[in-house]
Amino acid sequence: MPAVSKGDGMRGLAVFISDIRNCKSKEAEIKRINKELANIRSKFKGDKALDGYSKKKYVCKLLFIFLLGHDIDFGHMEAVNLLSSNKYTEKQIGYLFISVLVNSNSDLIRLINNAIKNDLNSRNPTFMNLALHCIANVGSREMAEAFASEIPRILVAGDTMDSVKQSAALCLLRLNRTSPDLVPMGEWTARVVHLLNDQHLGVVTAATSLITTLAQKSPDDFKTSISLAVARLSRIVTSACIDLQDYTYYFVAAPWLSVKLLRLLQCYPPPEDAALRSRLTECLETILNKAQEPPKSKKVQHSNAKNAVLFEAISLIIHHDSEPTLLVRACNQLGQFLQHRETNLRYLALESMCTLASSEFSHEAVKTHIETVINALKTERDVSVRQRAVDLLYAMCDRSNAKQIVAEMLSYLETADYSIREEIVLKVAILAEKYAVDYTWYVDTILNLIRIAGDYVSEEVWYRVIQIVINRDDVQGYAAKTVFEALHAPACHENLVKVGGYILGEFGNLIAGDSRSSPLVQFNLLHSKFHLCSVPTRALLLSAYIKFINLFPEVKATIQDVLRSDSQLRNADVELQQRAVEYLRLSCIASTDILATVLEEMPPFPERESSILAKLKKKKGPGNLPDIDDSRRNVNGNTEHHEPTETTNKSPPSLMADLLPTNRPRPASSSPIMLSAGTMGSSHPFTDLLNLNSPPAAAPSLLVDVFSDLSAPASVEVSEDNFSRFVCKNNGVLYENQLLQIGLKSEYRQNLGRMYVFYGNKTSTQFLSFSSSVTNGDALKGQLIVHAKSVDPVIDGGAQVQQILNMECVSDFTDAPVLNIQFRYGGALQNIAVKLPVMLNKFFQPTEMTSQDFFQRWKQLGAPQQEVQKIFKSQHPMDTDVTKAKILGFGVALLDGVDPNPANFVGAGVIHTKDTQVGCLLRLEPNTQAEMYRLTLRTSRDSVSQRLCDLLSEQF
Amino acid sequence: MQFMLLFSRQGKLRLQKWYVPLSDKEKKKITRELVQTVLARKPKMCSFLEWRDLKIVYKRYASLYFCCAIEDQDNELITLEIIHRYVELLDKYFGSVCELDIIFNFEKAYFILDEFLLGGEAQETSKKNVLKAIEQADLLQEVSHVG
Repeated sequence: MPAVSKGDGMRGLAVFISDIRNCKSKEAEIKRINKELANIRSKFKGDKALDGYSKKKYVCKLLFIFLLGHDIDFGHMEAVNLLSSNKYTEKQIGYLFISVLVNSNSDLIRLINNAIKNDLNSRNPTFMNLALHCIANVGSREMAEAFASEIPRILVAGDTMDSVKQSAALCLLRLNRTSPDLVPMGEWTARVVHLLNDQHLGVVTAATSLITTLAQKSPDDFKTSISLAVARLSRIVTSACIDLQDYTYYFVAAPWLSVKLLRLLQCYPPPEDAALRSRLTECLETILNKAQEPPKSKKVQHSNAKNAVLFEAISLIIHHDSEPTLLVRACNQLGQFLQHRETNLRYLALESMCTLASSEFSHEAVKTHIETVINALKTERDVSVRQRAVDLLYAMCDRSNAKQIVAEMLSYLETADYSIREEIVLKVAILAEKYAVDYTWYVDTILNLIRIAGDYVSEEVWYRVIQIVINRDDVQGYAAKTVFEALHAPACHENLVKVGGYILGEFGNLIAGDSRSSPLVQFNLLHSKFHLCSVPTRALLLSAYIKFINLFPEVKATIQDVLRSDSQLRNADVELQQRAVEYLRLSCIASTDILATVLEEMPPFPERESSILAKLKKKKGPGNLPDIDDSRRNVNGNTEHHEPTETTNKSPPSLMADLLPTNRPRPASSSPIMLSAGTMGSSHPFTDLLNLNSPPAAAPSLLVDVFSDLSAPASVEVSEDNFSRFVCKNNGVLYENQLLQIGLKSEYRQNLGRMYVFYGNKTSTQFLSFSSSVTNGDALKGQLIVHAKSVDPVIDGGAQVQQILNMECVSDFTDAPVLNIQFRYGGALQNIAVKLPVMLNKFFQPTEMTSQDFFQRWKQLGAPQQEVQKIFKSQHPMDTDVTKAKILGFGVALLDGVDPNPANFVGAGVIHTKDTQVGCLLRLEPNTQAEMYRLTLRTSRDSVSQRLCDLLSEQF
Repeated sequence: MQFMLLFSRQGKLRLQKWYVPLSDKEKKKITRELVQTVLARKPKMCSFLEWRDLKIVYKRYASLYFCCAIEDQDNELITLEIIHRYVELLDKYFGSVCELDIIFNFEKAYFILDEFLLGGEAQETSKKNVLKAIEQADLLQEVSHVG
């Protein structure tokens, strides 16, 4: 029982809450709750009319049960009855229940609204407030319809009590947010503005919020609030702190109201009236001055309240962006905070400075703090603060400090938290490109990115470096030499192999004169990586080899031998096999001239918007990305050049102007290669020999078009190229050929799953009779139920349609369903079958547990058939963060501090199927020296252990 | 402010107040996610974090975490003090408040919050005025109980 029981306690409720707290297990709690629910139900249904007190008590119990997280499907009527009780406590509980558990049952809404109407008309301020709170809490459309015109009347009526005015103002604000169309503007608006002059500061506080919300939507109607707000603010900031009595908070005069007034002023540009403007400037100066005064109290509440007003004032100064002295003072103030002992202030100073960096007046002042910010990046212990430091460095970067900032970000990247690595990679890539004066620096930077954080370098980034190298012939030789040297690292990242393969395939000839990088040495170097790479990279390397055959006739025989080997010509992967066969054939039959034409150097890429920038914007949301627009620097008078200073021979793309389309880089379709393909008899538009522009695994190769008639595929093979990529993630591209791209987004909860399948028509022609269905093999039937919604039979050229698949896992399973797609394209019927990545691990729920629990359960699952172990060689670099991300993506909780060896990974989760739940424990032990892993899984079911082990062991 | 959550160190939700319309399912998901995120943070870390497109402001008082979600334009520090003022109000009302008071008198905790914040905005920041309103209500309550 609580020590204090104010008002009239409900003993039965207290006993019930005590009972619940004493329950030893979740099951016991549910049992107790069900007993109570049955009891309440019978009381409500019973013949005997309940008295108000009992009704209140039971409704309150229901509310408590609901707030514990259980569903409540009755009692609404009883709660509505309480609304019309004339006992205040009963009414109050009734309103609380309605506020928390709104039900859009129309009969009830009518009854509720009736009760509210009665209370609003009661002229009893306490009842009126209850009714207004209820409207504000529920904020539904039905309530807006009933009361949106009534509330303004209450708000501005002369005889309304102050406390009711306050509730009415915020009630109106809530209705305006949820149903703005239903709140009529009218003559009351002018009178609302005058509430800023009200004697009662509580009324002013509430009204300021309302006016701000309304002014954001129709600024012109509320223009008169500017002068009143400035006057009010001025009186507050110049008042002695005792003047405002209880509105003074820890020696700060009305901090909430000040913040709200400053916020209201941010709806408008600086006042045009000179006197008003100077009065506002005085206020802002006073606030800045106060920051320099010694604190009136050591309490953190004092400094927080004072600084809350200060930061809001700085926001207004930045918003106006017109008073250079204020901007520079604001910047200096934030500079002091950068080194403050309060983490909160350092965080906010970094955040606020980000916006200051984009003002022409304060950009230079912000830049003077670069060393402090870099230091923050190195020493802050909280990742959210380091994140702010990265943002600020990005925002303050310009040509004068780009090299330093990029270098610092790169060195931070080595130890950065993996949650923010991808974003840092994007930022470095953008800054390096934007401020590159010499491109050797740019190439070095991107290669460093790949070396340090290869797994976080997205396709956009490495596509981009290749495009820039292709478009700028002054850097091609340097790039070839640099990638050649970088490839010598014993464990170089696969992304580097891709870049290396592409660049040497195009420009290897530029360094072939040096005997240390002769054609044969180059080829051997690339080929030494071949067997460690994934299929798409190998496909890219094969294309680099055919380019080598053209560039270096002297290695033709060596490469032909490689292509001819069984591991190529009879490779299990159809794409690799096809490339090997076709390239070999091409190198044998084509004349030197034809080879030279087909394999000509890539043409420059057209200028488009950078997809890297687009990606960062998408990641951060448009509002959060500091604007590094160049217009600022020009206004700033900085000697910045948009165009690179050195001249280029062919189609000089400005590095600032963006080269790429926002979705996927795709060179112009009229490139010479396509023409040459055309001369060889292909009727399909084809552009990029190395398939830079689409995932190579499923992309068309030039020679498919030359040697086969693709428009009528003979048999349908089930594609499962990308299947294993989805084991640890839920979204991505599942399949792509030259006509169609299939993307997936999926979400799972317990034993249910939903998958959104996106079919994108890559051509400019309609797909007709489009249909897609899901089939389960015999074994899978009964284990997994997949229900596919129907999909539009026509997909326009360039358009995308979506199909929803709902899934239910009945029992554990091993096979995967197959997605069958059929459509007509230009008269020919297309058949595609793709293995859907629905695996058992998708139905995991992670389980956190202590070390003790873990080992206890581990021992319980000690029977030989419950454990499955696999020892295997690592196929990817053994990066701890990547491994963690994969295990989390697999669906289990990662348990820290369980395994005595910190290098090992331990996880736990529960597989939910309709029939049962299977607890699962796993342990992954890396051996970095041997580049091996040992994976152990223990579950209560041998088939589950085996399947999960098979799935997960393929991922490392 | 979009919502306020009070939860214990064990992750038990003690009070939830939503100022934006969300389904029960979404509310549960958000709660689960945020409780986990906030509990995982170390004591000396800053009180603010970015979460989806919102800013989270939180502070721990004894065994309870108070956690508010505000929008991009909102002021973090003043939100921190909203939390503090609410704690002060609870403290004054219950007399040195503890988690148990909020568990057993959850309805009071909601009533006090409604007097202080409405529609996600500060309605009355004077401690005296808020407590006066609540005490008046308690008085009504006792009178009606006797009568």
